[in-house]
Amino acid sequence: MLKLSSTIRSLSESTETGTIVRRITDNPNYVPALRSNEYFLNRNGHAVPAGFGGYLFATLPVEAAAPLNSFLLDPEVTFLEHGDVIRITPDRKSLRALYRRNSPHNSFLLTERCNNFCLMCSQPPKPNDDSYIIDQILRTVPLISPETRAIGLTGGEPTLLGSKLIDIVQALKANLPHTAVHMLSNGRNFKDIAFARTLANIQHHDLMIGIPLYSDISSIHDYVVQADGAYDDTIRGIINLKSLGVKVEIRVVIHQATYARLADLARFIRRNLTFVDQVALMGLEMMGFTKFNLEKLWIDPKDYQPQLVEAVEILDQARIRVSIYNHQLCVLDPRLYPFNRKSISDWKNEYMPECDDCTRRQECGGFFSSAKLRYSRYITPFKTAS
Amino acid sequence: MASVFEEAVAYLPKDSSYKLLPFRFIRLDPARYVAVNEVGEWQTLARAELDMLVHKTLPPENPLYLSLKSKHFLEDQDSDVAIDLLTLKRRTKQARIPQFTGLHMFVVTLRCNHSCRYCQVSRQSEDRSAFDMTIPMADKGLDFTFQSPSRAIKIEFQGGEPLLNFDLIKYIVLEAKKRNKTENRKLAFVIATNLSVLSDEILDFCRTHKVMLSTSLDGPEDLHNANRPNVGNNSYQITIDGINKARGALGVDQLSALMTTTSLSLPRVTDIIDEYLRQGFRGIFLRNLSPYGFAIKTKVFDGYSSDEWLNFYRTGLDYILELNKQGLRLTEFFTGLVLGKMLTPYGTGFVNLQSPAGLGISAVIFNYNGEVYPSDEARMKAEMGDKVFCMGNLLTNTYEEMMLSTALLDPLSDSISETVPMCEECAFLPYCGADPDYHYATQGDFVGHKALSGFCRKNMEVFRYIIKKMEDDPEARAILESWVRW
Repeated sequence: MLKLSSTIRSLSESTETGTIVRRITDNPNYVPALRSNEYFLNRNGHAVPAGFGGYLFATLPVEAAAPLNSFLLDPEVTFLEHGDVIRITPDRKSLRALYRRNSPHNSFLLTERCNNFCLMCSQPPKPNDDSYIIDQILRTVPLISPETRAIGLTGGEPTLLGSKLIDIVQALKANLPHTAVHMLSNGRNFKDIAFARTLANIQHHDLMIGIPLYSDISSIHDYVVQADGAYDDTIRGIINLKSLGVKVEIRVVIHQATYARLADLARFIRRNLTFVDQVALMGLEMMGFTKFNLEKLWIDPKDYQPQLVEAVEILDQARIRVSIYNHQLCVLDPRLYPFNRKSISDWKNEYMPECDDCTRRQECGGFFSSAKLRYSRYITPFKTAS
Repeated sequence: MASVFEEAVAYLPKDSSYKLLPFRFIRLDPARYVAVNEVGEWQTLARAELDMLVHKTLPPENPLYLSLKSKHFLEDQDSDVAIDLLTLKRRTKQARIPQFTGLHMFVVTLRCNHSCRYCQVSRQSEDRSAFDMTIPMADKGLDFTFQSPSRAIKIEFQGGEPLLNFDLIKYIVLEAKKRNKTENRKLAFVIATNLSVLSDEILDFCRTHKVMLSTSLDGPEDLHNANRPNVGNNSYQITIDGINKARGALGVDQLSALMTTTSLSLPRVTDIIDEYLRQGFRGIFLRNLSPYGFAIKTKVFDGYSSDEWLNFYRTGLDYILELNKQGLRLTEFFTGLVLGKMLTPYGTGFVNLQSPAGLGISAVIFNYNGEVYPSDEARMKAEMGDKVFCMGNLLTNTYEEMMLSTALLDPLSDSISETVPMCEECAFLPYCGADPDYHYATQGDFVGHKALSGFCRKNMEVFRYIIKKMEDDPEARAILESWVRW
């Protein structure tokens, strides 16, 4: 697992005020006229070019004193590259990579607040006021490389930001005309058609909202998200968004409370919500609340293959794009291989010792780093190439 | 932290009361009932379960309760989104009505070189002036066609044998494409032909302008030739040669075939299906014939009852399912249409499986003489002397006059099943439709008494048969589901 944040040590006087959000470069010949906007990444302590807005040193500078706004990186931080965007919080002596130019998995956590409280939440909600995050994101967006394929927006529940969420999507549209945006939301606040319309009116060129729906039965969905009335809100939200032309993905996490009616849910979707753009059927991530609720949630993926096969066939027949996320190839029914996607973000994707000799690792989704806690007892390496 | 999460029971409805949402039910077989909601979702139940459902004593933890809740047969204290979803599904089903007329049929000539036993209209004549459509008439037909608001326009050439007036087909295709440069409709062409006069010139034209061919294949040689006599008694061989030639020139997906069931066909359904397989088709439409036409024309010969056709259909469907179970992919298209109404939220464009019927508003036909009819059967009736369905004439009437004529509006309003005695209470209403032509021919009015209706008897038994297959045979269910066109 890749560590995206670390401690940092100040090496000089700072002219920055408050939280620093900057793009970095490791190019010592960077155009002088633009240097004052960038932070220079120095890997060896030698040859420190002048004129940059600030400096990040992997080792202490050798020839001269550190220029203004210089910081010493923790030795663990090895992943930073030209074009990345970092945040430095000087008073907390911390650095975080907000955007990595060479990663296909960039996402922004918009808030930690949420109006659901899902049994298997990987990012447990916190009630604190975290609205300062918005400002950082609005500062980050213009620094993102324009060839970036996709940006994720997560939470918490992004729609709790109200008009601030609209500002962020508007900024993404204005600054990144070729970048897709995928937002994770429980969809509840889109039951307000006026709010849904403000989002739709941005006319973002490639926006999709990923919305979880855990059951065709209201009481089961509400149990999973631990919120009475959530099912009705979410259904109305999905309908409103689609009626306004906003793309919607339905996301289903498969566990003890959801696997039994998976095929019924698939039938419900193709009958009632056949207009959604795609459906993702996802394995459990052993993070956050899942660890606490593990005995309520865990079912070996091998044991729900019949339900998964039926659900996928029902959706596929209706020409709804369906994908399987977070599953290992060796526990999937072979009929599901064409639907399996390698979906786990690079920085938390791992394989188990059993996988060492496997000939099909390249095709496999692998594990979340957190899966060490529990994973299928049927993990078996493939011995022959596909 | 243990107290933070609630157990599943905490989210069950506050009490076990529920209300029923609109549905109808009917006996499926001696052991079961089937309930069907407004939008075509169904649930089979035992009598005792049906009693519990309607007396509102079904317990919330019962799997049947969950199934009925999921399909919007009932609404409990926990959720009130069912009406929203039912409304949406209802609108989706009816979305075809505002799209309006898509299929426009041009009878470019009545002349034909066959004298099929089930055809009432063809003329064995060399007199082009008497039975051919003229260019000014075709222009008026295109005026009418492009007045339809439909995004998708299909122009079908009918006869007689339409290729006997190929020059007019060419004119209409080119003229339609010219007009479409500004109209921007999704335009498609098909010629309904016996393939007997197929030439390289015709095939070149069809390939260039993406004109599809639809032909008649009634079964093996003896049956086909008996149903479709021509001079030389070689219709079968001509058809097969034409099929192969057309496939070679246009591609296998550009030619389809239809069969018509006559009394001669009734004992031969597996032979007919085998013939379709031999000729490389992977689908067949087991089509019954409106019984009024040829029975009247030829008096004694060829009538058959709905029950006789049902035996034919059931044997055929069983045989097709068996072939599929052995690994062959073969679809029965009528069943596929019905399944579309059963399994999807969408309606169908099939004229007689809609309420209101698709008369005029899904399809319209321009006779060679300019008369406009709401269906092929209606113009055949007119050829036999009864012009009750005639909407007007292209030369003398406007689009509005014809589309608002009582000749169209009367049968249309009588085809709204929700208002028709016995239909309005029938569980199968969402799957069914109406056939004013048929009821007018057999009972003298557009509605008809459904207890005496062969249309009704036929459709109800087809619906029952399909539902029983879906419920009782998981392997058949998987095959049937694959026939649905989403």
